[in-house]
Amino acid sequence: MSHSTEDKLVYMANQIATAFAQLKHEEAVVQTRTHIAKFWDPRMRAKIAERVAHGGEGLSPIAKEALEGLPAVKAA
Amino acid sequence: MSLIHEIDYGTPVSKSEKLVTLTIDGMTVTVPEGTSIMRAAMEVGNQIPKLCATDMIEAFGSCRLCLVEIEGRGGTPASCTTPVMDGIVVKTQTERLKQIRRGVMELYISDHPLDCLTCSANGDCELQDMAGVVGLREVRYGYEGENHTKLGKDESNPYFTYEQSKCIVCNRCVRACEEVQGTFALTISGRGFGSRVSPGMDEPFLSSECVSCGACVQACPTATLNEKAMYDIGTPEHSLVTTCAYCGVGCTFKAEMRGDELVRMVPYKDGKANRGHSCVKGRFAYGYATHKDRILKPMIRSSIHEPWKEVSYEEAIQYAASEFKRIQEKYGRRAVGGITSSRCTNEETYLVQKLIRGAFGNNNVDTCARVCHSPTGYGLLQTYGTSAGTQDFDSVEESDVILVIGANPTDGHPVFGSRMKKRLRQGARLIVVDPRRIDAVRSPHVEAAFHLPLKPGTNVAIVTALAHVIVTEGLVNEQFVRERCDWDEFQEWAAFVADERHSPEAVQKYTGVDPALVRGAARLYATGGNGAIYYGLGVTEHSQGSTTVMAIANLAMATGNVGRNGVGVNPLRGQNNVQGSCDMGSFPHELPGYRHISDDATRAAFEAMWGVPLDNEPGLRIPNMFDAAVEGTYKGMYVQGEDILQSDPDTKHVSAGLAALECLVVQDLFLNETANYAHVFLPGCSFLEKDGTFTNAERRIQRVRKVMAPKNGYADWEVTQMLASALGFPMTYQHPSEIMDEIATLTPTFRGVSYAKLDELGSVQWPCNEKAPEGTPIMHIDGFVRGKGKFILTEYVPTDERTGPRFPLLLTTGRILSQYNVGAQTRRTANTAWHAEDVLEIHAHDAENRGIRDGDFVKLDSRAGSTSLKAVISDRVSPGVVYTTFHHPVTQANVVTTDYSDWATNCPEYKVTAVQISPSNGPTQWQEDYEDLSRKSRRIAAE
Repeated sequence: MSHSTEDKLVYMANQIATAFAQLKHEEAVVQTRTHIAKFWDPRMRAKIAERVAHGGEGLSPIAKEALEGLPAVKAA
Repeated sequence: MSLIHEIDYGTPVSKSEKLVTLTIDGMTVTVPEGTSIMRAAMEVGNQIPKLCATDMIEAFGSCRLCLVEIEGRGGTPASCTTPVMDGIVVKTQTERLKQIRRGVMELYISDHPLDCLTCSANGDCELQDMAGVVGLREVRYGYEGENHTKLGKDESNPYFTYEQSKCIVCNRCVRACEEVQGTFALTISGRGFGSRVSPGMDEPFLSSECVSCGACVQACPTATLNEKAMYDIGTPEHSLVTTCAYCGVGCTFKAEMRGDELVRMVPYKDGKANRGHSCVKGRFAYGYATHKDRILKPMIRSSIHEPWKEVSYEEAIQYAASEFKRIQEKYGRRAVGGITSSRCTNEETYLVQKLIRGAFGNNNVDTCARVCHSPTGYGLLQTYGTSAGTQDFDSVEESDVILVIGANPTDGHPVFGSRMKKRLRQGARLIVVDPRRIDAVRSPHVEAAFHLPLKPGTNVAIVTALAHVIVTEGLVNEQFVRERCDWDEFQEWAAFVADERHSPEAVQKYTGVDPALVRGAARLYATGGNGAIYYGLGVTEHSQGSTTVMAIANLAMATGNVGRNGVGVNPLRGQNNVQGSCDMGSFPHELPGYRHISDDATRAAFEAMWGVPLDNEPGLRIPNMFDAAVEGTYKGMYVQGEDILQSDPDTKHVSAGLAALECLVVQDLFLNETANYAHVFLPGCSFLEKDGTFTNAERRIQRVRKVMAPKNGYADWEVTQMLASALGFPMTYQHPSEIMDEIATLTPTFRGVSYAKLDELGSVQWPCNEKAPEGTPIMHIDGFVRGKGKFILTEYVPTDERTGPRFPLLLTTGRILSQYNVGAQTRRTANTAWHAEDVLEIHAHDAENRGIRDGDFVKLDSRAGSTSLKAVISDRVSPGVVYTTFHHPVTQANVVTTDYSDWATNCPEYKVTAVQISPSNGPTQWQEDYEDLSRKSRRIAAE
């Protein structure tokens, strides 16, 4: 796995999306989004939000859709 | 304070519910049917003389001291082997009995060395006691007979001696090895007068099959098998009951002391986890507490390239606090964090997470459970509603089928392993799912009905295949599922697992397991009676660790194996307080009691108690901390009692993260590997030197009792308290019991826990509250904690860590009986006699292809790094699979493991690494560089 933090986050988001991929698409998106919101530190969410803002390269469709709906991180 | 003397009833307790009433020496006694006369007598305080009987093992009837008379019956039956009967009248002391007993004792004494004054068991010898009890005043055969002293001593075991001349051939040691430990290492060799205890085929103890659990030493009534400490120190004079600081079984011991010197650790029969048994670590390997490597003074340095400087606690604490404040001012509130320890007490982990949340003002707190059982917490919370196992250890006594997945109980959790083997010898059936042929697959009097030797990384495929068989062959317990689980979710799951792609035949291409074995194992688990699942890190430490936990939970629900004795889902926790550290809010997303940090009501309760606002955002998990450190957004860390450099995967990445920190504070017994990168070292204290509680794998909260003053001056909780106060977040606890009171106030599942209750009951299993004032041995009896049990779909997703031409073998890692985790404690004991270095197990086929011979030094390469170690050719592993342990920093097995991790929790995938093996002449460049860094980093400046 790459040691670039951003690439690693993309990999992790895709792993989560894959774990929920057996569910109906909408449910998989919601579960992926909820999981990331619940377990990821704000800097991780902010960083992947940047990737999404720049097109979301490397993200699976479920992961991308989940992250597009992730609430913006508030400043610490 | 005095020595705790437990009553020895002579024979084990009978579990019969039918009662029998008899008369013993004029007293009426009512006891369960099946009780021996010896035990019944002891129940009313009449101690019948005995030598070959002790209540940890079954009656044997050989010593002829415990004879009694029964009215209306001829002869003098042995009271240990004679069960009670309704209405019998027993006499334990008559002229005839007195004469027989004296005669028997005369025979025992006639060939016994009468060196009582210089004997190590002087004052602790049952033979000596019985001579007094029977009134022995002369030996008609004289004192000049053969006394066997020329037979000498076997001192090969580092912890106990075997002095043959003292042996009275009572067989207690042989029976303890068989019945309690289940190793069958001892026998009686020779005949008649020449009969003696023999380890293996008359071998020295150390090279025999003996696992040094101490059961034989405990059982021995004389000095034949005796702790070397008894020779060196003498007999103890007071004792306290405390809890072992090694694995998650949580054995209870009597710490027997002379002054403030620990003489020996004796397993406590009332210990509800161990029931009087022990292993080589808990029983003997406590020498690390007084090892010369212990650091007893605080130290600081501004750069890791400088030598350490010893300072006062005040200076070290002030320096650490000022550095953390400076970092937060410069880089932001979330630029610091810390790690609680699964080796420290509940109270200590609670305080560290409180410091991080309250003083640092963020949630960057995690614990070593991240890298072992975090998937258990996630998986069981999703399916059942509680992040913990379902049973107590006693439950195994009622299991009919035991399914062990990814665990090696005889090595990793030895006392549970012995209890499990005892049940197997009684007829329970065993299924082992493991890439390696662990000891439980075939050992004396134990043989698994099925061993599924799957390829590492295919747990989800195999467990889902087991479910496939259960569903498609109509073996589901439909009544249980309809009553206890969400029926719609079950149907969806049943349709999912029934798909042909999950059949044993279809998944064989991934798992490598013969489908007939999978089908047989599934049928046995579903139909063999009470089915219990025990699992370990071979389940959790995978990229699908959480998925496997949920697949296991599905399996237990589908077969109705939840909510009563003998069944359940049982995670075997690695370290002593993994369960407790998780309970205490050590994870970055949740407060004590597994409540999410974003929950306003929960946060408000803690804010009111602590007097500070809390961040509502989850913090960094351990692997995320290293990433953030390398990236430059995480700059300071407080690590209590964990050696992350050695224990966490992808060592090069961990070291890069640690090296990037501007302030690393390590609190530990020793200058561990992580301390090579530290700027402040705060001395830790051992479990012998502080009060507190540990929570074991069965959710059992047990007291840790201080038996000596902290050698470093302060208990760990006191040091954390000083640091918190220096950070402007005062803590003023006077005793850990006050910390537990606060935990109980804030945590619903701990509401009924207090030191007073623990002292009264010995231990309690959470939930312990108004609904369960004495705790909860078995979970989910009347319904799942979450309401309806939730079936979750578990699709197999192969790991991205794949073999290929460059790395054609799969490495999996584990542990060995004599060593513990990173070895910081056990490497500093005589346990190195059994395991002085990590070795690589490799199948003969793979070794031959590479020109490797047994004992050769080999290079172990992966995509992450390389190390070198000795190879051992073994048929425990299949071709294509190699195995090693991670106990020694010289090897640093984690240099080769990767940073792939569980999708849900980031628990690292230690168990699957693609590697290549080649002959080697010596250490790798990394090993040499690290050795150099380590040597320089451990320098301490002269005062």
